Amino acid sequence: MDSSTATLPANSTARAEPRGRKPQRRLSRRNIIIYGTLTVAAIYYLLPLYVMVVTSLKGMPEIRLGNIFSPPLEITFEPWVKAWATACTGLNCDGLSRGFWNSVRITIPSVILSILVASVNGYALANWRFKGANIFFTILIVGAFIPYQVMLYPIVIILREIGLYGSLTGLVIVHTIFGMPILTLLFRNYFTSIPEELFKAARVDGAGFWTIYLRIMLPMSLPIFVVAMIIQVTGIWNDFLFGVVYTGPETYPMTVQLNNIVNSTQGVKEYNVNMAATIITGLVPLIIYFISGKLFVRGIAAGAVKG
Amino acid sequence: MASVSVKNLFLSFGEVKVLQDLNLEVGRGEFLVLLGSSGCGKSTLLNCIAGLLDISDGQIFISDKNVTWEEPKDRGIGMVFQSYALYPQMTVEGNLAFGLRNAGVGRDEIARRIKQAAELLHIEPLLKRKPAQLSGGQRQRVAIGRALVRDVDVFLFDEPLSNLDAKLRAELRVEIKRLHQQLENTTMIYVTHDQIEALTLADRIAIMRGGAIQQLADPHTIYNRPVNKYVAGFIGSPSINFLDGAVTRDGKPRFTSGDVVVDLERYPFEDGSSEGACAFGVRPEHIAFGDAAAGSPFSAEVRVDVVEPMGSDTLVWSKLGGQDFRFRVDGQLAVATGETVRIGFDPARASIFDKKTELRL
Repeated sequence: MDSSTATLPANSTARAEPRGRKPQRRLSRRNIIIYGTLTVAAIYYLLPLYVMVVTSLKGMPEIRLGNIFSPPLEITFEPWVKAWATACTGLNCDGLSRGFWNSVRITIPSVILSILVASVNGYALANWRFKGANIFFTILIVGAFIPYQVMLYPIVIILREIGLYGSLTGLVIVHTIFGMPILTLLFRNYFTSIPEELFKAARVDGAGFWTIYLRIMLPMSLPIFVVAMIIQVTGIWNDFLFGVVYTGPETYPMTVQLNNIVNSTQGVKEYNVNMAATIITGLVPLIIYFISGKLFVRGIAAGAVKG
Repeated sequence: MASVSVKNLFLSFGEVKVLQDLNLEVGRGEFLVLLGSSGCGKSTLLNCIAGLLDISDGQIFISDKNVTWEEPKDRGIGMVFQSYALYPQMTVEGNLAFGLRNAGVGRDEIARRIKQAAELLHIEPLLKRKPAQLSGGQRQRVAIGRALVRDVDVFLFDEPLSNLDAKLRAELRVEIKRLHQQLENTTMIYVTHDQIEALTLADRIAIMRGGAIQQLADPHTIYNRPVNKYVAGFIGSPSINFLDGAVTRDGKPRFTSGDVVVDLERYPFEDGSSEGACAFGVRPEHIAFGDAAAGSPFSAEVRVDVVEPMGSDTLVWSKLGGQDFRFRVDGQLAVATGETVRIGFDPARASIFDKKTELRL
């Protein structure tokens, strides 16, 4: 083989594979259709956001003119300040800020707790095939298909009995439990995709349940942890139902407070404040998607294909 | 003194019985190869010895200690896997040290053992690298090193060379053999489906089929005196010729198959009175050709059907007594298709199996 390749080059470069970029016609019909469709779709989805941003930067007199698509004549940030700091919901007039901090206090512990528990669950289900593992897993998955509404009231009673109803702790527990099926499934599938021999080797090397989890599995699964974090942060931040049911006015998360601002029936509808409040509330998930979009897609694909 | 001994081992996964009443004794310092086609239970048996599978019934002793219910780490074993199973996030050094750290071995001792193992396996320059930066052969060396640093009595190999290309496989095979010679008191149990690996490495080979050991013997016996038809057909490449026929004993024992009659006076019968329908096995490499065949106790003329040159040898397909018959001749000899040639063999080197029981006669 060596000798044949040595004698060939002069000839072979002449007949070589096509090299360089494939020549393309930029304005082919296919490209026009693809980019045209994409542009229309993008405009369709971006238009509401544009209207929201524009409206939130206008004063009320300008809004009353009715030109919702026109850019603001005079940019004002007052609606944003009001939405954040002084908008009234019920007796409290400190805007969304209270709800924001409530949401932070709900989301962070819920995310950490649910991911910790679910990752250990998934690891145990994938690698330590204990007796009844399959039944346990089936029950967990079935749990994911029962509508939340069915469980609302029983959980109210349980929380009341253990004295956590209306508190942030109660809501954190609820979020942790409801995150369990999907997260456990996610982690189990990911850990199943890690070669079993690695796990066996670690056992021969004298590593126990926690050592294998912390030293072998965890360092290999950072992508899936990021995915789980994204799913949980956006899910919990956007949650309205559990927030409104299991907390009280003092502890309402941001979404509930946003609803109370936007849907208040008294006084003038301050569209600019409403728009600003909505954007502020949606900002956290938006930022997370922007930062970790690629990882998100990769992780979902990894969890879905394997296992 | 037995280093590893398996007594009345049963293992089932639900309804499926994988291993049944399996017994095995491996001596100290012995190199035992578990050989069989896939699904025969050889890897399962190895995993049972390692303690990675909970057995259904029976006992396992390692170094005369009952370890049936011990954790893998407490069994005094090191294991090497087919996929290397190196921890990808750790350096080579970290991989070697992992087990020792778990066992609470001191820092200096860890460094000393790693140095020793690295020298033995020629992986000193690789210590700071990650597994992803190593070639397949290097990875498997590191995996062997990981078993080596643990300073154990028993090494378990689960098809360690199957993921390597042919050239590396041959290289590492010799290295494993050399390692076994250097570690005099270390017992090695080696699972493979490759008979060349088995024949070259083993002190003794256990041929497995359907969760049971068919024959446990040294490579020479396995090759020359297989206990049943399965073992005879499994070992040897190209595989053994079988001629269907019958053994008769009208005065002299002889084998008849159509017009072929082989005098069996020289054949070492297990039982001097056995007769009846049988399969007569003779290896392609034990067949003499041309002038050499004329002097053989049995000789016949056959027509050459197909010729397969393989470099050093040539495999010739022909028919004897109407049945397929292969034989191997020197690669230098010219053999042409359609030619009629004289072949011969010594019945003493043949293996005859009962038609029904498939056991050696």
